[in-house]
Amino acid sequence: MSSELDGFRIGECIHSGAMGRIFRVTGRDPGVPMIMKVPRVGPGESAENLISFETEAMILPALSGPHVPRFVAAGDLARTPYIVTEWIEGESLEQVLKRGPLPVPEIVRIGAALADAVHTLHLQDAVHLDLKPDNVILKADGDVALIDFGLTYHAHFPDLLAEEQRFAAGSAPYISPEQVLGIRSDPRSDIFSLGAVLYELATGELPFGAPATMAGLHDRLWLDPLPPRVRSRDVPPWLQEIILRCLEPRAEDRYQSAAHVAFDLRNPDQVALTARAVKSRRTGVFGQARRWWRTRGERARPLRMPKAQVGTTPVIMVAVDTTHPDDERQPALQRTTAQVLSLSPEFRLICVSVIRGGPGAEGSSDAGSPSGIYLDHLVRLRHWVEPLRLPVRRLSLHVIESANPENTLLEFARRNHVDLIVLGAPNPAQLGLAWWRSVASGVTANARCSVHVVRVPERATGRQDATP
Amino acid sequence: MRQLIIALLSDVHGNLEALDACLKHAGASGAGRYAFLGDLVGYGADPQAVVDTVARFAAEGAVVVKGNHDEAVEKTPSYMNESVRTVIDWTRETLSDEGKVFLSSLPLCIREGPICFVHASAASPKRWYYIDSPAAAQRSIDAAQTAYTFSGHVHDQELYFQAAPGKTKVFRPVRGSPVPIGRHRRWLALVGSVGQPRDRNPEAAYAQFDTERERITFHRVPYDHLAAARKIRQAGLPASIAYRVEHGI
Repeated sequence: MSSELDGFRIGECIHSGAMGRIFRVTGRDPGVPMIMKVPRVGPGESAENLISFETEAMILPALSGPHVPRFVAAGDLARTPYIVTEWIEGESLEQVLKRGPLPVPEIVRIGAALADAVHTLHLQDAVHLDLKPDNVILKADGDVALIDFGLTYHAHFPDLLAEEQRFAAGSAPYISPEQVLGIRSDPRSDIFSLGAVLYELATGELPFGAPATMAGLHDRLWLDPLPPRVRSRDVPPWLQEIILRCLEPRAEDRYQSAAHVAFDLRNPDQVALTARAVKSRRTGVFGQARRWWRTRGERARPLRMPKAQVGTTPVIMVAVDTTHPDDERQPALQRTTAQVLSLSPEFRLICVSVIRGGPGAEGSSDAGSPSGIYLDHLVRLRHWVEPLRLPVRRLSLHVIESANPENTLLEFARRNHVDLIVLGAPNPAQLGLAWWRSVASGVTANARCSVHVVRVPERATGRQDATP
Repeated sequence: MRQLIIALLSDVHGNLEALDACLKHAGASGAGRYAFLGDLVGYGADPQAVVDTVARFAAEGAVVVKGNHDEAVEKTPSYMNESVRTVIDWTRETLSDEGKVFLSSLPLCIREGPICFVHASAASPKRWYYIDSPAAAQRSIDAAQTAYTFSGHVHDQELYFQAAPGKTKVFRPVRGSPVPIGRHRRWLALVGSVGQPRDRNPEAAYAQFDTERERITFHRVPYDHLAAARKIRQAGLPASIAYRVEHGI
């Protein structure tokens, strides 16, 4: 290969594998370090290899954000196939794993960042389909970037790989049961792979080993993995719950959104524990036989846009003023919240109360200690949401002390991928609530998601004044 | 204006409101060439105005091929149902002689470099086969022998592509989202219907092909479909046809 191609100066070869080679390149300065991927072409090379290269060249330019490498340029596929992208500085998760299982706080940090990255990909109508430690880069800033989009599905482009790949569709230890069946358009497949990666982070083992045959791959359609806590007692029940829920053989039994996985990892005390959390062995022979029987009829379902799937699984955050539980706007806020929730079957509701921080800020509480105040508000919050009669796994409650409620709500919403914030409008009649006025307007102005501001219909006080 | 972007318009079916809306949309988004893929008339209440418009574009170098409804104006075929016959007979009476000559002089198929323009299937265009399966698309692609085949006849927007030699697959495009279609593969695009979409969305449908960047974009364009339907009723044409335009069915 010549040392220059289309204005790129080719440097050191940093990877040489079955799929192709990767070089460091410079020139045509986009302001970031760059690499050039060159596929293996020619007689004896597999056609799948080239199709997967073509897929990546088609999809990468359509992706953006901090969790994917920036696309720089692509060569003509028929003459000089190459892709130039940003080189993401960092350590691959594969390298991290070589040092053995990670402590729980590290699993949570990396797992939640990985779920963030997966969620933002799904929001762009793409499904990665080849999530594995090799393809996950831990950046210095704590974020995670995904690489290698050669098997990715994007709803806006023809799927060149459909039916093309059999055994090669993804990496055997991590791929979902539906990928084994040839379904390539379900974002929940990435959630399964995310579960497999979490399992490996927690136990140092692969949940299904590394099957080398098609029959071995089919096992995961009905076989569940050995519970992580059996392999390592360090895994807390809530983490086992999260991991096994991701690894459910049926996509509808898993988390329906990566944002929900990220949320649970960051809020262990809010994870709704089920039988999964305490499971100490695999499902019995009869349970497996039942699942095996059920999977016999499985076949590809109609395509659905990943974004549409994510759209049916919104994270909704309601800001509740527990300092004024008797405020006349509370029932209106409850009613609106109930209406919003009734629109989507797979919602997640986060109830947040921001209370003023610092000692002495809250004088009305019976308990004088800060934790007493916190508990007092948590009880009020629970009381507030109780009439909505929501299943525990759809709900989480948070009391946060802060001197700046606006920023606290905004930051909390951003970090937890909130799709809609519901909060009360300031009431001009109540001067005592002037503090909330700035919050509602500030949140509306600065939120990255939709905001639903609830108002109590104004009573016809003006007309009363007018009557003699 | 770039010569490099071709607006692909098919199945106008005498719907002037829809045609005007699509031409305006195409002009505003940089189309420099126009290709009309057949069925200028039939169903709609403005065959004369539509034919006049298209003839004007043809004089400026637009590609125009014949559709089965255009052919039916010459001689009503036996396969058409009652309400369609009614419209065809009415169209024959309404159209000027020049209009009828224009329609009957249209070719069935035009090949231009890497592109084949044809109303139905390039595999015997005269038989008006529907491209309703990957196998039917494959036959048309094989007969066209070009990288691109652009067609109408089927009123849906679909993109067929050769995933591997001998293996043709179908993709449902997302409106407004450009799809790279490199000429190292063979592609068959059904561009949708300008004047009578049938996917329960009354918006006019057409596509644009960027010849330089090798990308196709499928568009939907809202237009005054209620006015178009009203004209069909006022012309005394079957109410069922007006209803279809109103509801996009």
